[in-house]
Amino acid sequence: MTEEIIIAGFGGQGVLSMGKILAYSGVMQDQEVAWFPSYGPEMRGGTANVTVIISDERISSPILHEFDTAIILNQQSMTKFESRVKAGGTLIYDPNGIVKHPSRKDINILRVEGSRLAVEMGNPLTFNMIVLGAFLKAKPVIKLENVKKGLEKSLPERHHKLIPLNLEAIKIGQENLEVVQTI
Amino acid sequence: MSEVADRIKEIINPENLVYAKSPLLNDDIMHYCPGCSHGVVHRLIAEVIDEMGIQEQTIGVSPVGCAVFAYNYIDIDWQEAAHGRAPAVATGIKRVMPEKVVFTYQGDGDLAAIGTAETFHAVNRGENIVMIFINNAIYGMTGGQMAPTTLIGQVTATTPNGRNVDLNGYPLRITELLAQLPGAAYVTRQSVQNPAAVRKAKKAIRKAFEIQAMKKGTAFVEVVSTCSSGWKLNPVESNKWMEENMFPQYPLGDLKDGSRADAGLYSIKG
Amino acid sequence: MGELRLMKGNEVIAEAAIRCGCDAYFGYPITPQSEVMETLMANRPWEDTGMVVLQAESEIASIHMVYGAAGSGKRVMTSSSSPGISLMAEGISYMAGAELPCVIVNVQRGGPGLGTIQPSQADYNQATKGGGHGDYSLLVLAPASVQEMHDFVVLGFELAFKYRNPVMILADGVIGQLMEKVVLIDQRPRWTNEQIAEISGTWATTGKSKNRKKHVITSLEMDSFIMENNNLRLQAKYDQMKDEEVRFEAIECDDAEYIMVAFGSAARICQKTVQIARQKGVKVGLIRPITLLPFPEKIIAEYATKVKGFLSVEFNAGQMVNDIRLAVNGKTKVEYFGRMGGIVPTPDEVEAALEQKLIRG
Repeated sequence: MTEEIIIAGFGGQGVLSMGKILAYSGVMQDQEVAWFPSYGPEMRGGTANVTVIISDERISSPILHEFDTAIILNQQSMTKFESRVKAGGTLIYDPNGIVKHPSRKDINILRVEGSRLAVEMGNPLTFNMIVLGAFLKAKPVIKLENVKKGLEKSLPERHHKLIPLNLEAIKIGQENLEVVQTI
Repeated sequence: MSEVADRIKEIINPENLVYAKSPLLNDDIMHYCPGCSHGVVHRLIAEVIDEMGIQEQTIGVSPVGCAVFAYNYIDIDWQEAAHGRAPAVATGIKRVMPEKVVFTYQGDGDLAAIGTAETFHAVNRGENIVMIFINNAIYGMTGGQMAPTTLIGQVTATTPNGRNVDLNGYPLRITELLAQLPGAAYVTRQSVQNPAAVRKAKKAIRKAFEIQAMKKGTAFVEVVSTCSSGWKLNPVESNKWMEENMFPQYPLGDLKDGSRADAGLYSIKG
Repeated sequence: MGELRLMKGNEVIAEAAIRCGCDAYFGYPITPQSEVMETLMANRPWEDTGMVVLQAESEIASIHMVYGAAGSGKRVMTSSSSPGISLMAEGISYMAGAELPCVIVNVQRGGPGLGTIQPSQADYNQATKGGGHGDYSLLVLAPASVQEMHDFVVLGFELAFKYRNPVMILADGVIGQLMEKVVLIDQRPRWTNEQIAEISGTWATTGKSKNRKKHVITSLEMDSFIMENNNLRLQAKYDQMKDEEVRFEAIECDDAEYIMVAFGSAARICQKTVQIARQKGVKVGLIRPITLLPFPEKIIAEYATKVKGFLSVEFNAGQMVNDIRLAVNGKTKVEYFGRMGGIVPTPDEVEAALEQKLIRG
């Protein structure tokens, strides 16, 4: 199994940390992982994206043209990455702020209203974990127990009290994944 | 003849000894020109290190410039630094061996032109090192070009019509600037043109090394010096020219005498 | 086995430095490698191992602090990115001339000038052909993974002291920012004064004791005949490196009709290109130089008589390709593909170039 993922959105949406938790969870599952962020000024308030690869084998390139899954959280990223999902791959997006919805016919398209759900949860910071939950529902490449371990490993000890909240957000994401199109 | 030899023999005995070369100075013939101040300052450093009994702990850092070969003359461990970088090299040595004694020996081009940044920041960090600064207002090694400390109107190879403020700016009093830095513990300006001055300079150098031992911050000793070759004067004329022209611009004496500033003065409140 | 962690390439440089018993790090912040010093400072190694970490006023000061500390027989390192390495060039030349060991990490970004902060391999020539003045060589290691960022710090110090020569780890922005699993070595103590006396006692400036001659760290020699001899001694050392230190990885080369040559993150990309091309039935292999200096010219010369061509894949205008051409010496075709200015080609792009320049070309 090799899962090549791009997560893309605004800086501040928790894109990089979502990727990090996913990568840590992969480590907890004894898999090879790679996490490669965009970096530099574009991180500050602009768009941010991160490539996460989880594999049973040694990972070759962290730079990819096409992805198995794209997790897309703003319009700029939709414009940039919709075309870069492999045929037969999966695109998951939050419709909030999206004006041009995905139109490809050869990929699975799923959505999760992460922004709305996070507000309803009373904590906008849970946004990225809701999206992660939706991804794990669509692509169960990591067991939930390993995600919990990944959270423990990636969060500093002083934030460990937030782990139950994060797990709750992941659950909400899993429950609220909507299928737009399957192939 | 034998009468004279006998007289000399009578004279050469310990109780008549008024001066002996420091055991730390070797017998190599110095490459410095007649009338140059470097030789005297080398001697003073060797004497201080010897008298303080710190030969085995001391590492000198020589510059690029006339004193590049300082390591040939004083019998201690040395590192020869790139042009202007002696304070950085000394920082490196002192930080990994804080128990050792480290000093730099630099000229005006090295310390006050190409190495200004390293000089300022080493002093500003309050590195526990001694810095000896030989200011002779000219570049000796490369053949008498303008230094940052060259006086207005002074003729050098690159100011053949005299240093012109509009073109070259002003003589740099770097020692006064360094004295403002909170990391500086002891900043003084000395000279070595006569026995009284030499005695004072030696005291200052000794004090600088003592300050290092007390970890009080950077100890900085400028020695206003002669360059008879560069100035195209004989040794006697050089000393006179220095007294008349250099001292008004670079007045002798202590500029700072204490220890580096209390960090509390600069820290964030609350 | 040591501790397993998920870490960024830049962070692991710091962690490996502390764990291998490095005595001091001097540096100046520059993107994309500032995490090296940030990680060191956050770890406060001076409280545990006694390692010194100091933010200098410039890269120029950093390298000369390294000079001073290395001259004292200590294990010292610095890190920077391309423009900062240019500033260090004079100091690196002095260190090579004075035969001082140290580890220098260059996490390359695109140039020339201020250029870009995005990844690049445009300092290949600078690292392998000098960079500073005079006839000197570094030993240059090119990590292609976070694990190698770690391993090459440890190896770098071993080689630096074996040859009394600066070692450069030539990484790039991709490897610096990439996070992967890494197995860390267990904490090793810093060398004691007794160990330093044993290892570097013939030259280090630790203070002149009564029973030995003074030590002088210098690259200066006014007598041209002695200076030429000094140069000959250095060249002999570089020849020994050529004999003993060449490292490379050959991937799927046994049956290859075409071979790509790439180092660092470009080699990671090419590994994927090998997979893509082989799925299409193209027999392609990859040689990954691990030491860029000494360059693995023998293995390339060996394959030159067996394959239909080489493709050098670099994030620059084609620098390593010249070393490949020298090794191939006209025996087969040598082409170059690369991107510049911080653009990192994808495996598909490389595959297309392979097809166009080598197979159909």
